[in-house]
This record gives sequence, structure tokens and C-alpha cells, in this order.
Amino acid sequence: MAEPILRLDGLRKRFGGLAVTDGVSLEVPPGEIHAVIGPNGAGKTTLIHQVSGTLRPDAGRVVFAGRDVTALSLARRARLGLARSFQVTSILPGFTALENAALAVQARSGSSFRFLRPAASEAALNQAAMDALERTGLADRAAVPAAALSHGERRQLELAIALAMQPRLLLLDEPLAGAGPEETERLVALLRGLKRRYAFLLVEHDMQAVFALADRISVLVYGRIVATGTPDAIRADPEVRAAYLGEDEAA
Amino acid sequence: MARVLPALVFGLLAAAPFLGLGQGWAMTLLARGMILAIAALSLWLPVGGAGLVSLGHAAMLGIGAYAVVVLDDARVTEALVVAPVAIAAAALFALATGAVAIRTAGVQFIMITLAFGQMAFFTAASLSAYGGDDGYTLYGRSTVAGARWMQDRLGFHYLCLGLLVVVFLGIRMLLASRFGRVLRAARENPLRVEAVGLSPYPYRLVAYTIAGGIAGLAGFLLANAAEFVAPSFLAWQRSGDLLFMVILGGLGSPFGAVLGALAILALEEWLGHLTPHWRIIFGPLLVLAVLYLRGGLVGLIGARRG
Ligand SMILES: Nc1ncnc2c1ncn2[C@@H]1O[C@H](COP(=O)(O)OP(=O)(O)OP(=O)(O)O)[C@@H](O)[C@H]1O
Ligand SMILES: [Mg+2]
Repeated sequence: MAEPILRLDGLRKRFGGLAVTDGVSLEVPPGEIHAVIGPNGAGKTTLIHQVSGTLRPDAGRVVFAGRDVTALSLARRARLGLARSFQVTSILPGFTALENAALAVQARSGSSFRFLRPAASEAALNQAAMDALERTGLADRAAVPAAALSHGERRQLELAIALAMQPRLLLLDEPLAGAGPEETERLVALLRGLKRRYAFLLVEHDMQAVFALADRISVLVYGRIVATGTPDAIRADPEVRAAYLGEDEAA
Repeated sequence: MARVLPALVFGLLAAAPFLGLGQGWAMTLLARGMILAIAALSLWLPVGGAGLVSLGHAAMLGIGAYAVVVLDDARVTEALVVAPVAIAAAALFALATGAVAIRTAGVQFIMITLAFGQMAFFTAASLSAYGGDDGYTLYGRSTVAGARWMQDRLGFHYLCLGLLVVVFLGIRMLLASRFGRVLRAARENPLRVEAVGLSPYPYRLVAYTIAGGIAGLAGFLLANAAEFVAPSFLAWQRSGDLLFMVILGGLGSPFGAVLGALAILALEEWLGHLTPHWRIIFGPLLVLAVLYLRGGLVGLIGARRG
């Protein structure tokens, strides 16, 4: 196996008496879509927070592209190529779709301590931002303020922002949450189109989408990974069925 | 309308001395309005531009004014020296206090800037060498490269107007730049800015420092306009007045600060002529304005147009 792009090493996080991340270790090789599934409150978002740098783990290490990033901030990790989306969409509502993506391009292309030239007239920034919008199917909405986009489009925009960062790993926290069936279909197709070019750590409740997209799946229950494997292996795992999938099918 | 409004207002200010406002009292009032507009613009940058609501901004103005006092006392009255010192002193104060305050947000930021402002106020009041509470009367206005044209009413008028236009255009340029984009983005959603790899803190601190410098310039002008400086220049009520100008004018655009400053000064003047108890009318009027003019005065004018 190639050197993993992401390696989590014994991550632990407690909130008060509750162990929300309880010794999580996993590896994501380049180009893999690694899904993390688990019931509500299993600690999936908390895990993503620790990988992205929004939360510090109590113990354990986050190794990204061979470098220990455990002590680095969200912004520093982002500059190294770690892009994340949020469970509740996080965009700049007053900016146009294009300017949302252009900020991400700007962040990785030279200093932002430039005071004279209008940023909106920097062709290089706009071009790269437009590329990201095109790849996520938002090109014709470039000039629309993000606040006026539909829910699904905002999800697409968050992906476009992530792509505009030229990331090496995308951390997606329930990218399909709240999307209607049509929007889900569009987003899944979009993610499938990005497969192999990026590595993904994908948290998602939509099992159909997870099994369609993921190369490997880790099942998180009460902060512990109870199984990791290919979609087929996970589907067949009796412990997983009992702990998680069974409930889901019954529901 | 919103697009040509600045040119229109600046044009009117330029023509005002020849439109029947050339008398002493009117020119004094106009100069004061333009200086307050510069001060309000400097406050707009952190409040409207970066989303940092400061309640200690008068301190920066006051530090600029006291720089004039200290130099005047040392017989240094050359504007080309005094103004840069006033700007630098206020910017330095902004940098030092901002480095602490900007680590906080919301109400905490308001309280910390207020506290720093009060510290500066009490310091000024304790400067007995410069008149303490009573303030300090300047020997005269600054000279510019040795020439005395700041004494001249028209000269001073156009100096204030010129600086107001430069500051306004400068802030507009700043906002549109890469730097301004980060600032605006961090106002809307700091988490998003961090997630794309930028930490808002240094950008906010630089903006706050620039704002301090501009306020120092306004303080320099204010001291020269009145030829007198007192600790009351730094009082928190003055900070409140400035904040009011910015909010009344509208946070959506820096020109709001200019409109807000001119409108409040005009209103004060007009009501002051009607009744000595003008504050009784002024207060409720401001409350109504905040309630019903959501986008401020610029919003009102922009919306008219559709
Ligand atoms: N900041 C916090 N302080 C205290 N408890 C927290 C905090 N954040 C999360 N928790 C708790 O940790 C547990 C895991 O939360 P987390 O959001 O990681 O779950 P999740 O797997 O993402 O759930 P969901 O599927 O509902 O998004 C929950 O019980 C939650 O209440
Ligand atoms: Mg979650």
C-alpha cells in the first residue's frame, strides 16, 4: 500500500465524562474514498473536527502527508491541503458563488496582505475559482450571492470551495444532509467524478450513497471503530449489522 | 444614485463656501463635519468592514489631538511633522490595544475597547502639564511647510475636504483588495476563512491599526480646528457618538459613515436652534432612525433607486 495521505493514531477525546473519540486509528491512502458511518452521536463530527484542526485531541496523533499536524491550527492544516466541509453548510452568504471560491484560491496563491489592486479584477484568481465552480456544476450561478442559492447548490458551493483549495484530502461531514432525492443524485454523481483524483474522508448517513462511493468503510460506535473494510465486507459483518445497519433497515 | 452620491456630496462640500455658507460659523461647522466624517470613516473600517464594534474609538482621536498638544508645547507646529506623529501615535495605540482586544469578539470586544478608551481618557485628564481636566489651548494652528494657510478658512476647508476624499477612496480601495476580501469574509464567517487557510486575526489587527492611524489624522485636524484640546475629546460618550454616526449612516458602505457624521452634526445644529432642550428630541429621533432605517441612510438612498 502507498504511503497513506492521512493516518490517525490512537485519537482520544472526552467531553466531561463522555469518551467521544475512544482510541481511533485509521489510514487513508491517496485516492481512496474512506467513509465513516455510525449512529447519531457516535462521534463522527468530533472525529472530523480533530482531523481538520477545529478540535485538539486529548491524546493521539494526526499525520497528514507524512507530517504530524496534531498541533497545527485549522488554517495551517488547510494550507497544507486539508479541505473540509461542515455538517451545517459554512459559506460566505454575502459573497457571490465566484467570490466564495476565489477567496479559497487567493488563500493558496501568494500573500493576502495586498492593499491596492481590486481582488475581483485578478484574472488568475477568477479563472481558478471559475474552474472549481464548473467542476461542481455551478458555473452558471457564479454571479449569484451565496445566500440566494438553493440548499443543494450551497452544498455544491462548499465542494467548489474545497476544490479551489487544491486539496490533497477532502473531509466531508454529511455532504448529502438535507438534500432532496434529485440533489442527492447530482451530488453523488459529482463526488463519483472526483474519485481517484482526491482522497476523501467522508461522513455520511445515506447508506446507499456510502456503499456506492466508498472504497472502504469504517464503522464508528460510541467513539470506537468496530469494523473497517470494503463495502461488501462491511455489509456482511454481523457485528455491524447488529450495531448499526440492522437499526437502519428497521427504521 | 448610490453610485454618484459620494461625488455629489463631495462636490457640494467643495462648492459650499460659494453657496452662501462662506460665513465664519458655517465654515467652522462644515470643517467640523468633514473632520467628524473622517473620524466616522476610521471607525467604519473595523465596525462595518471587519465586524468589530469598538466603543473606545474616541481615544484614538484624542491621542492624535494630544500629539498636537505635546508638540505644540514643545514649539513644534509644522504639520508635516505633527500630522505623521499624530497618526503614528494613534496607530500604535490601536496596534497595542487591538492585539489584546481582537482576541475577543462581540460584547467582550466592546467592553475591552471601552476599558482601553477609559484608560486613555483618565491618562489625558491627569496630564497636568497640558492642563489636566481643563484642557490645553494651542498657540496656533499648525503651519504647512512653514506656510500658514491652515489659518485661512478656505485653506483649512479644502484641506479637510481633500483628506476626507483621500481617506474615503483609500478605504474603498482597501475593501476591494485581497486584504479587504479577507476582512469582509471574516466578518461574515470567520470559520470559513480559517477553513480555506487564512487566520483572520492578523488581518483584523492591521485593519484596526489603520483605523487608528486615520482617527489620529482626524484628531490632528480636530485639534487644529478648535485650537484647543481637552480630555473630553476622549470621553466614551464621544465614542458612542461616532458609533452612532456609523450606524445611522449604514454599515453596508463606507459612505454611510460620511452621511451619518454630516447628518448628525446638521441635526444637532438645527435642533439646537429650535430649543435648548434639543437632546430630548434628538434621542428619540435616533432611536426611530435605528428602528426604521435598517440599512442606514445609504441604504435608504440606495433603496429609493430600487
Ligand atoms: N463540544 C461538545 N461538548 C460536549 N459534548 C459534545 C460536544 N460536541 C459533541 N458532543 C457530544 O459528543 C457526542 C458525539 O457528537 P458528534 O457530533 O461527534 O456525533 P456525530 O456522530 O457527528 O452525530 P450526528 O450523526 O448526529 O452528526 C454526542 O453525544 C454529543 O452530544
Ligand atoms: Mg455529526
